[in-house]
Amino acid sequence: MRAGLTVLVMVALAVVPPLLYWYANPFYLDLASRLVILGIAAVSLNLILGYGGLVSFGHAAFLGLGAYAVGIPAHHWLYGGMDAIATTNGWVQIALAVGVSGLFAFLTGLVCLRTRGVYFIMITMAFAQMIYYLIVSIEEYGGDDGLVIDTRSELPFINLDDPLQLYFLGYVSLLVAMLLVRMIVHSRFGMVLQGAKGNEERMISLGYNIYAYRLVAYVISGAMAGYAGALLGNFTTFISPEMMDWSRSGELMFMVILGGFATNVGPVLGAVAFIVLEEVLSSWTIYWHLPFGLMLIGVVLFARGGLVGLFTGRGGKK
Amino acid sequence: MTAILEINGLNKSFGGIKATDNLSLTVEQGELHAVIGPNGAGKTTLISQLTGMQFPDSGSVKFKSRDITRMAAHKRPHLGIARSFQITSLIMQMSVLDNVALALQACDGHSFRFLRPARSVNSLRERGRALLDRVGLADNADSPTAALSHGEHRRMEIAIALASEAELMLLDEPMAGLGAQESTEMVGLLQDLKGKHTILLIEHDMDAVFALADRISVLVYGHIIATGTPDEIRGNEAVQHAYLGEEA
Repeated sequence: MRAGLTVLVMVALAVVPPLLYWYANPFYLDLASRLVILGIAAVSLNLILGYGGLVSFGHAAFLGLGAYAVGIPAHHWLYGGMDAIATTNGWVQIALAVGVSGLFAFLTGLVCLRTRGVYFIMITMAFAQMIYYLIVSIEEYGGDDGLVIDTRSELPFINLDDPLQLYFLGYVSLLVAMLLVRMIVHSRFGMVLQGAKGNEERMISLGYNIYAYRLVAYVISGAMAGYAGALLGNFTTFISPEMMDWSRSGELMFMVILGGFATNVGPVLGAVAFIVLEEVLSSWTIYWHLPFGLMLIGVVLFARGGLVGLFTGRGGKK
Repeated sequence: MTAILEINGLNKSFGGIKATDNLSLTVEQGELHAVIGPNGAGKTTLISQLTGMQFPDSGSVKFKSRDITRMAAHKRPHLGIARSFQITSLIMQMSVLDNVALALQACDGHSFRFLRPARSVNSLRERGRALLDRVGLADNADSPTAALSHGEHRRMEIAIALASEAELMLLDEPMAGLGAQESTEMVGLLQDLKGKHTILLIEHDMDAVFALADRISVLVYGHIIATGTPDEIRGNEAVQHAYLGEEA
């Protein structure tokens, strides 16, 4: 049943946005591109939040780092300076995005994962805000005003200036991210991660160093979100510290919880719902956050498995 | 006989309360050694220090002559020490077999393996089923853990402790909360384990303890006041005093 839902959603995402682009309004493809890219970030967050039980409130920082890993090399390529990283080569930029995000996840994870519960939420948020203020303070990259990416990443066979190609890169990446998380979750590693969510003390008593397992999961998740950030930078061509603000991290959490955490397709459904609702509600009223918030409360209260639970007629994995 | 576990002069205080007070105890290879004591005697604190969930203020714990007093909790199972919990501690979201398979997986090298689905690893699944069969839960293997009764959870605890094939099993009140019928079954199960494993049994149920134990240590106010065979303990005045005197 849930596998059917996954196939349905992914087929719809492959078919509907291009059709809308060709026959309706090209703007819809923009929405869909944002959707699949944020979907990757939500899928990566789901690995630690949904399956690992680690409520990270700083996931947008990885997105931001990934975007700046595209923006900063492109900036230097155009305006000189920092020759070592000045490039528009997509491979280098993506490697940088994944590497920097993964490293940031590793270093902050070393500290964050020593804490539990509310403290973990607060400290992940604190580290994300730290990066936020760091970027704000760097004049060279526009500080508060953000940075325009004049040249998109250059990749073989793919021209990211073509919105349709950019969309499908995002779509295929999302598909790969979902398969990757699915594989990890079912592996021995994934069983340990989920076991630690279910009963930490038991896992320690069995001899698992759950700190190490969680740290690795945290790094994988951060690196994936960094990759999503690189795509996001290419999509918006304008990046600013605002994209790693704590409220952005909150939006990613919304997607995971709204869609149904600890399910494969949940974060994607959540991203769909988020983008569609944001678009529809904000066209009615500038106070769209209010009805949106009420809906979220409704889902949390009455549909514990999120949208996946609603559609498949049973709650997601609790 | 050789000592497998040596506890020497263990002390642990919480604020002004001495939960463990100069506690010394030796468990011999192969024996079933029971620790009994009234409520609040410090049984759980003792287990916590043996499993590494808490560290003593002073004193030492040696396992097979190796000092493990301050060894991290997650390293101890790999030396051959398994435990069961007084308050059932299982992964409720997973199936019964998943719980046991995770215990087996813990002894099967590191788990930084990302490719193959863990549920398709036959060695883990089959051994898991065999263990469940041994504690009489073969039919429940695929049920969600949360759906099982308390008595069945207690037996799962034993199956998980058995999974590691540990030399020393620390069983923390396996009879806790069991009805008369279930208790009898649990005694039968422990009888079956006796001799095959060295067991340190922390237990409240006197009938069970006297039926099972090779030796019994009596813990009162964090201190062992007597150690001996069931008969010796039965006749010991200090023990009678502790159990019947002031508290009765």
